[in-house]
Amino acid sequence: MPISIKDLPKEKLFLPGNASCPGCPEALGLKYLTMALGRKLMIVIPAGCTSIIQGLAPGGAFVFPTLNVPFASSDAVAAGLAAAKKILGEDAVVVAWGGDGGTADIGFATLSGAAERNDNVIHICVDNEAYMNTGIQRSSLTPFGAWTTTTWRGKRERKKELSLIMLMHKIPYVATASVGYPLDFIEKVRKAASIKGFKFIHLHAPCPVGWRFDPAKTVHVAKLAVETGMWILFEAENGKLRISPPSKPYADKSKRKPIKEYIRLQGRFRTLRDEDISILEKMVDDAWETILRLAER
Amino acid sequence: MVVKPLTGNYAAAYAAKLARVKVVAAYPITPQTTIVEKLAQFIDNGEMDAEMIRVESEHSALAAAYGAASGGVRAFTATSSHGLLYMHEMVWWVAGARVPLVMVIVTRTIGPPWNIWSDHSDLMDQRDSGWIIMMAEHNQEVLDETIKMFKITEDPRVFLPGMVGLDAFILSHTTEPVDLPGQELVDSFLPPRRQPYIMKAGDPILMGNVPRDLHDNMRMREDIHKSLEEAKKVIQEVDEEWYKLTGRRYGGLIECYRCEDADHFIIGMGAWVGDMREAADRLREKGIRVGVIKVRYVRPFPREELLKWLTNAKSVIVFDRGVSAGSAGQLFLDVAAHLMAAGVRVPVKNVLAGVTGLDVTYEDIADAVLKSVAEVEETGRFSTFIEWYYGR
Repeated sequence: MPISIKDLPKEKLFLPGNASCPGCPEALGLKYLTMALGRKLMIVIPAGCTSIIQGLAPGGAFVFPTLNVPFASSDAVAAGLAAAKKILGEDAVVVAWGGDGGTADIGFATLSGAAERNDNVIHICVDNEAYMNTGIQRSSLTPFGAWTTTTWRGKRERKKELSLIMLMHKIPYVATASVGYPLDFIEKVRKAASIKGFKFIHLHAPCPVGWRFDPAKTVHVAKLAVETGMWILFEAENGKLRISPPSKPYADKSKRKPIKEYIRLQGRFRTLRDEDISILEKMVDDAWETILRLAER
Repeated sequence: MVVKPLTGNYAAAYAAKLARVKVVAAYPITPQTTIVEKLAQFIDNGEMDAEMIRVESEHSALAAAYGAASGGVRAFTATSSHGLLYMHEMVWWVAGARVPLVMVIVTRTIGPPWNIWSDHSDLMDQRDSGWIIMMAEHNQEVLDETIKMFKITEDPRVFLPGMVGLDAFILSHTTEPVDLPGQELVDSFLPPRRQPYIMKAGDPILMGNVPRDLHDNMRMREDIHKSLEEAKKVIQEVDEEWYKLTGRRYGGLIECYRCEDADHFIIGMGAWVGDMREAADRLREKGIRVGVIKVRYVRPFPREELLKWLTNAKSVIVFDRGVSAGSAGQLFLDVAAHLMAAGVRVPVKNVLAGVTGLDVTYEDIADAVLKSVAEVEETGRFSTFIEWYYGR
């Protein structure tokens, strides 16, 4: 049952006047997350932009319980917290909210461990494709060709297939989402909250500061990632994968916008050569082929 | 109460069970492993009503225990050596967050090379973190202090986590008769869990976000220090309460052996204090009046208790099973600093022995002390403040 904006709560649990940068995609994601879960939300946050976005103590912009934790620990802390809430019989949704570094790099063993144990946690990877909080260093989720402050000529390695790796953990729920499609994201968060066990949502989050684009265009860039096929929205319940409605048209390659439209808006891809763009196009085709095959099963 | 033959590790496991721990999170490492094996067995058999989180690393073991404790339940973990070093970041975090929980450390040296024997390098490496840290001499003390540590850490004057240390193999895998208190006795001793805050849905607490004013942040560090000072009182009180229920007390932060008329003092902590007692007896047979001070709690440091005994000593010999490389043994550094700060001018010496687990007998201890005392008696001072002792 699709939800509409009218169905969303008006209560603000993520306050304006927070410390996010102009055009911040994580701030959008946090807003949607609070709309999805309301007062059941408990959040565990490893080091990253959200450590800052929440504001300075003793104040803060989060009107929900927030545990800030060391970089590599979020899913383990969340697992312990979820166990305590179960023992105490409290109704709560424990979310580990990590960036690409805290999820796919330094936090990866912890993530995999919690997934394998099927701990009752939703992990949301808010993926801005580099270590933005420390000043735009490459991560394993930085795409091929992107400039960062540790890849001055563009990253030569490909982006890790994180959501597929999580799918192969055979956890009850895996989804991709985008800050450009809030209702799709909110639906996925709510579905995840209704399922017991480990849930993983990979939220694409274009960062104007790190990707070098106009802060007014965060949503536009997020949508272009989907429309060019560079980011594929899907969900998999108990391993059964379905392409999500916003991405469905782009299963047909002819419907996809040229990836150049996405790339040209972003300063981080300025050094891309034509042959690099061909490599990226090939990666998009390969990714779709994999996802479509998985969707057929 | 029943007397049961228990290894040090099983004594720790029984203590966690009796304390009604609700979440155990642990990762295997020699020689700690049998603690969590036993707890897993208790839980699987239905003898213990708790959740076991079988984590993928020690960093996650303490992280999960911390998450559970933050959520409002009693949590427990145990580790050793490299495991403790791997979770070191979490060790600081838990203390900074003021979340009470209890961790048992089976002390083991640190590699390379790989080596599973006991020294105190791992435990002493945590001493600046803000945890209460104690070291047991025998298996009964492991059981008693693990139960007591829950009460100490959950006291509102303290609200800090606590470690109970026991020596690898010397205690962990050695069976001794242990008085096992009944569940009712422990229930009457341990109140329901108390903690400074509980993370709960609908209750917006932000723990650990960036402070606006670093005065506040510095005060938080000072508060941890002050709470550890307060903990000295709490440790004493809890020792007395436990005595009333069980007839066993240790004297709080330190335990003395033949100190009343002693001229020369040996200071140490852990299982080899038993050998120090034996050595003191032998030396007294030779007419040398030796007393032994067992440091039970290394954090908070028993400054006042030590000064009380050492102010009129002829000499003080501190035995360390670990060294702050480039300086001296960690226990010695504390003892020497507090003597100096109090203006006590006593010849004081550091004997480093048993480092990396090299076996030390009571005869070795007596030998090292005899030579040191002879030098002090002759010259009134120690010619060297540090001695690496490899045995006779």
